[in-house]
Amino acid sequence: MNVISETHFSERAFPIAGPVLELENISLRFGGVHALTDISFNVLEHEVRAIIGPNGAGKSSMLNVIGGLYTPQEGRIRFDSELLSGMTPGRAAKLGIGRTFQNIALFKRMTVLENIMAGRKLFNHATFLEVALQLPRARREEIEDREKAEEIIETLEIQHIRKTQVSRLPYGLQKRVELGRALAAEPKILLLDEPMAGMNVEEKQDMCRFIIDVNDHYGTTIVLIEHDMGVVMDISDRVVVLDYGKKIGDGTPDDVRSNQNVIDAYLGVAH
Amino acid sequence: MTGTHVGGATLWSLLANNAAQRTGEQALLLKRRGIWRSWDWKGWHDEASAIAAAMTARGLSAGTHVAFLGENKPRLFTAIAATHCIGGVAVPLYPDASAAELGEQLRQVEASMVFAENQEQVDKVLEVLPDCPSVKTVVFDDERGMRHYQQSDLASYDTLLEQGRNNASGAAPIGGDAPAFVFYTSRTGEVAKAAVYSHAAVIAQTQRAATAQGLGPSDRTLAYLPPGWSCQMMMSYAQAIGSGLSIWCPESSDTLLEDMREAAPTTLLVTPRVLDAIMSQVTTRMEESGGIGLSLFRRLRSEAEREGAAAKASSGPGMMTEMMLNRPLRDTLGMSQLRMAFCAGDMLDPAMLLSFRKLGINLKQLYGTTETGYLLAMQADGEVQPDTVGRAVAGIELKVTDSGELAARADGFMEGYLGDEAATAAARDADGWLLTGDVGEIGSDGSVRLIDRTDSIGRLSDGTLFAPRGVESRITTSPYVREAVTFGDGQDGVCALIDIDTLSVGRWADSQEIAYSGHADLASQNAVYGLIAEWVAEVNKNLAADPTHSNLQVRRFVLLPQELSVEDGMLSRLGKLRRAAIAEHYAPVVRALFNGAPDVALERAIDESGLHTHDDAHPARLQIKNAAVVGDIKNRSAA
Repeated sequence: MNVISETHFSERAFPIAGPVLELENISLRFGGVHALTDISFNVLEHEVRAIIGPNGAGKSSMLNVIGGLYTPQEGRIRFDSELLSGMTPGRAAKLGIGRTFQNIALFKRMTVLENIMAGRKLFNHATFLEVALQLPRARREEIEDREKAEEIIETLEIQHIRKTQVSRLPYGLQKRVELGRALAAEPKILLLDEPMAGMNVEEKQDMCRFIIDVNDHYGTTIVLIEHDMGVVMDISDRVVVLDYGKKIGDGTPDDVRSNQNVIDAYLGVAH
Repeated sequence: MTGTHVGGATLWSLLANNAAQRTGEQALLLKRRGIWRSWDWKGWHDEASAIAAAMTARGLSAGTHVAFLGENKPRLFTAIAATHCIGGVAVPLYPDASAAELGEQLRQVEASMVFAENQEQVDKVLEVLPDCPSVKTVVFDDERGMRHYQQSDLASYDTLLEQGRNNASGAAPIGGDAPAFVFYTSRTGEVAKAAVYSHAAVIAQTQRAATAQGLGPSDRTLAYLPPGWSCQMMMSYAQAIGSGLSIWCPESSDTLLEDMREAAPTTLLVTPRVLDAIMSQVTTRMEESGGIGLSLFRRLRSEAEREGAAAKASSGPGMMTEMMLNRPLRDTLGMSQLRMAFCAGDMLDPAMLLSFRKLGINLKQLYGTTETGYLLAMQADGEVQPDTVGRAVAGIELKVTDSGELAARADGFMEGYLGDEAATAAARDADGWLLTGDVGEIGSDGSVRLIDRTDSIGRLSDGTLFAPRGVESRITTSPYVREAVTFGDGQDGVCALIDIDTLSVGRWADSQEIAYSGHADLASQNAVYGLIAEWVAEVNKNLAADPTHSNLQVRRFVLLPQELSVEDGMLSRLGKLRRAAIAEHYAPVVRALFNGAPDVALERAIDESGLHTHDDAHPARLQIKNAAVVGDIKNRSAA
């Protein structure tokens, strides 16, 4: 708890800067279903930005638009002030957008270390032949990848499972490994889809600490979707609230907490 | 006396010698980020010199106390060496100490500097800092999460290293009689006492141990037990400097077994708890793998149980067992190179000792105390009698005083208790014998049999001598019992609190198709009471076989609804019972055991977090059962 409050009240190594990602009037439809309607907000460099809302509010759709999985029918996305059209997952990754998924998407039969190393793929330029023959470039890249992977393993405190097959790990640890794999790509922006879903209190606290550590240590901008209001309010700098595909609130956790629309839609009214 | 063969040597001067002579030999190793990183003797010496210079620049001088709070890491050992370089006194503390305990100890030793490993430890120090005016600087090693700390009295190890590299200074001109360490006792009693050791005493101990244990520069040891425990500090830091062995530090406590496998230590310090943990891991894995290995393993275990009960070791394993079971198992455990493992801290169950010995691991029981150093007696090669701690090692005199207490005389014991003249004076008699606080016997062959601590021994109302541990160790040989605590001083008979082993009793309950929802539920079931009652009756039968013990039969017992744990303060850090704390916590239960009540209200005995709520159908009362006793003994309390 100490960790969290101090992060927020003292000077940051990476002070929050200008907008790194701007979403302008995004609308997304699946046939007749309006998943997102006219949504605009921005993400500032080095901040922790949360997207919250009740079930079916369009949170995951929003994240998938940013990640290039869905292409919105209307609206524009600017990344580093550059207008992007036709975002694809591959393009997003190259631009420095990393992500984790709500349902864990790891290579189940590979070890933790192998999964994290796989996240380094973008940085590898050695050809198949170079790797097969273990030529200098391939060796150098492998050593670099392993060093980076080990650094992440240390940060996430998963040394004891580095050689364990992912399928044998409990859910909470798999989530952590997935975060590790996303970090291996050294993303500028990290999209986390419900990183704390299905965790117990202790696992949630751990995950919060890791998210804050990553933001603090590497300056990674973080966009996260979360159900657990308490957690979100603790770790986010700013929060966007969605309901039925529309934006109903945007601001600091305190602003959002006192916003009547938000209280009605999500916090105060029983579902 | 000691001075005659080591001169005025200090631990620092020996380290400097090693740095000059053992060029290129590894001294410290640490697994970090998947790789073993090493420091040779010169590297260790130079880094410590730099830290020492920075300490001097911050106003530390000979005689100042520096406290250490962290796990075994090369930087911890380096900072201790730096402290010794400037003539300071190192005070290693237990990393899991509470803030209150920490504050008390920092005030007692008037520490000028605290070396804290990471943010967690720094937070603890900062919490008590306002009450510890002597502390001028807090040094931290791991920078993670520390960037937000702006306190001026905080400095990172790297900062110190950088400052010190630029203005090196020489070592303090101190002699071997200067104090080197303060070790805290492991607190089975009420207060932890601070034992002061001089350089000469520590060096004398390392020399004695090196001779007795045959240690040398080619040896490797893994340091993984709390550095605050004198035994671990002696077996790592002091022994490395004294005999040139290398210290390997695991990556984290979670990776211990894997790191051990890679390090393949040749000498190792263990405790009964560690061995229990290793054996239960091995058992689980063997049960999972099945096959011929499993049947050999089961046979080995049951032989060990049998011979343990008879306190007599048989010959070594056969060829078949060696090839099929022992060799691969030792390899997996990282014990293939292990020449000797030493069990200290508490008496090891004979069956456990023999199990490891039958696996071809040269495990030995050691005996020592915080005050006398860790090595007074040791089981000798080839003649391990499982119920003794072996004979006094060369250079140690041991005797039994008139009151039955063991006393020792040799070089290398503590100087005294810090700031407690009275206790220091009381610990030694006029002839220089230091009382150990243990009651024991010395057999005709010189082997020492421990009975119990002096302060836990009492007498029944009829005058029968009552050593709780003697009775308890008989009860805990059952796999279903984790701990037993017996009471009887000043009473007509003996009664026991029994802590069942959730895992094995749970497995038994499964096999009997008994449903249960957790430890508390399991411990309250009649069937489980029946299971334990049968065992207690068995124990009583054995006790009755010896007329002098017949009165010690357990009259009544209760199964504890909650495990005795270190966190609750019921066990010491090394897993020993803290009798006074237990007696206080369970006072109503103990009273009920002796006043014949059929049950007792649970009150404090139940989990304070309120996890276990009891409805009306299950009133929160703890049953007390009478045990079957043999013979015609007074049974008034159970009537």
